Amino acid sequence: MIKVEEKLFQNRYKVDTGRPHIQILDPDVCQIKCETKACTVCCPASCYTKEGDGQVTLITDGCLECGTCRVICTEHRNVSWEYPRGGYGILFKFG
Amino acid sequence: MSEQFDVLVIGAGPSGNAAAYTAAKAGLSVLQIERGESPGSKNVQGAILYSDALEKIIPDFRDDAPLERHLIEQRMWMLNDDSYVGSTYRSQAFNSPPYNRYTIIRAQFDKWFSKKVQDAGALTICETTVTGLHMDGNRVVGVKTDRAGGSVYADVVILADGVNSLLAKKAGFHPELEPRDVALAVKEIHFLPDTTIESRFNVGPDEGVAIEMAGTITQGMVGTGFLYTNAESLTLGVGCLLSDLRAQRVTPHALIEQMKAHPAIRPLIEGGEMKEYSAHLIPEGGYNAIPTIYGDGWMMVGDAGMFVNSVHREGSNLAMTTGRLAAETVIELRSEGKVCTAANLARYRTKLDDSFVMKDLKKYRDMPGVLENNHQFFTQYPALINRAAHTMLLVDGADKKSKEREVRKSFIRKRSRFGLLGDAYKLWRAFE
Repeated sequence: MIKVEEKLFQNRYKVDTGRPHIQILDPDVCQIKCETKACTVCCPASCYTKEGDGQVTLITDGCLECGTCRVICTEHRNVSWEYPRGGYGILFKFG
Repeated sequence: MSEQFDVLVIGAGPSGNAAAYTAAKAGLSVLQIERGESPGSKNVQGAILYSDALEKIIPDFRDDAPLERHLIEQRMWMLNDDSYVGSTYRSQAFNSPPYNRYTIIRAQFDKWFSKKVQDAGALTICETTVTGLHMDGNRVVGVKTDRAGGSVYADVVILADGVNSLLAKKAGFHPELEPRDVALAVKEIHFLPDTTIESRFNVGPDEGVAIEMAGTITQGMVGTGFLYTNAESLTLGVGCLLSDLRAQRVTPHALIEQMKAHPAIRPLIEGGEMKEYSAHLIPEGGYNAIPTIYGDGWMMVGDAGMFVNSVHREGSNLAMTTGRLAAETVIELRSEGKVCTAANLARYRTKLDDSFVMKDLKKYRDMPGVLENNHQFFTQYPALINRAAHTMLLVDGADKKSKEREVRKSFIRKRSRFGLLGDAYKLWRAFE
């Protein structure tokens, strides 16, 4: 199956380097308290990765700004989600 | 900038553009703020434009709007893993101008709409994210932006900031979205020559087809798929309730890959060049999920107010209508010398109640709950119906009466007699 990275490669982004618009509030909550780690499955751009030690890492460069990760994190509310600064982030060519 | 406007509009999608256009056209001073580099660059839709809602704002929109194809045929498919049972409605009535609906590409359409907004006299600022609301007690008096010194003020703020509507949440007007009230849709656009599209879909130049799908493509989750014809591209996508996606641990991009591999869909997109992959939340909660949509100094329009008719796959027309009605409310109040207090803005709600927006949402108010709690409509029924079609159509020497008995038995085995009656009743109630 085609990897999601190959799909995202078709998209246009203006990455705000060093200023991710989404952040994990407390990494320990993801690693220790959260059993489902649903963000690592449901993010359509696979921005969240479950590491071998249970840590959840987040790279927002490919983010499609849908909001899924924030909405599904109901148990721990551990996602700080803002829109990117004006002009940054995904730039849909077609939308 | 520290200026005062009559109306501030946050967002340049269909609802924000409708509001800004209507207010500016009436001579009000309007500032519209958009976070994308240009209007449309943050916006995602299927996308089908219903003419009626736009005609009420820009009657001659067909003269220069970027429209892809007018739809003359609508197909509805209920899919099993390797088959589908479908219905098609095709009519010359839908092929006679003025056309009722078109496919559009939002990045282009929103840019066009925004140009109209600016021509009407509104000031539109792009590449600017609104970060919060300025309050005076309970009253919204302006917004903060991420530009240096970027506060602006207005008599009324129209929140057209889309399904996530962070502003209403930060201000405490709304709680966070519930996973059961929104669907995540993922979508791709595939480019093909126009003549290929026309021969594959049996249409002429400028004529288009929309296919709506349900069944195993959503892997048992509440959701639907779609495939629309543009001028030189196809858009296809699939969306499921976030609560289901989370519970069943399905990866969205795997879902659309599986959809594209379906034997009925694969030949339609064969040879196309995929040029964009997008994702978007769609409000699906219906009438019961509509939050507070106005207060002192503010109103909420479009997806931010959850104005989507998920049964009929209508959203942008509700967006434009709510945007227009919000602006008309402000225009009326000003002409009467009234200020935009919550009590006065209640007129916006009345206008909505009197329009198709609330009437339709109210009609289907029970549908989201029925579907969410009855997954058999997305699992067992598509399988049963496809198998029934197969049984009845297969010529294998068995007599038709025996075949009918077998079909009847298969339904009763899966759902029981009471189950079948109950399901029929539930659907009837939800559609009533």
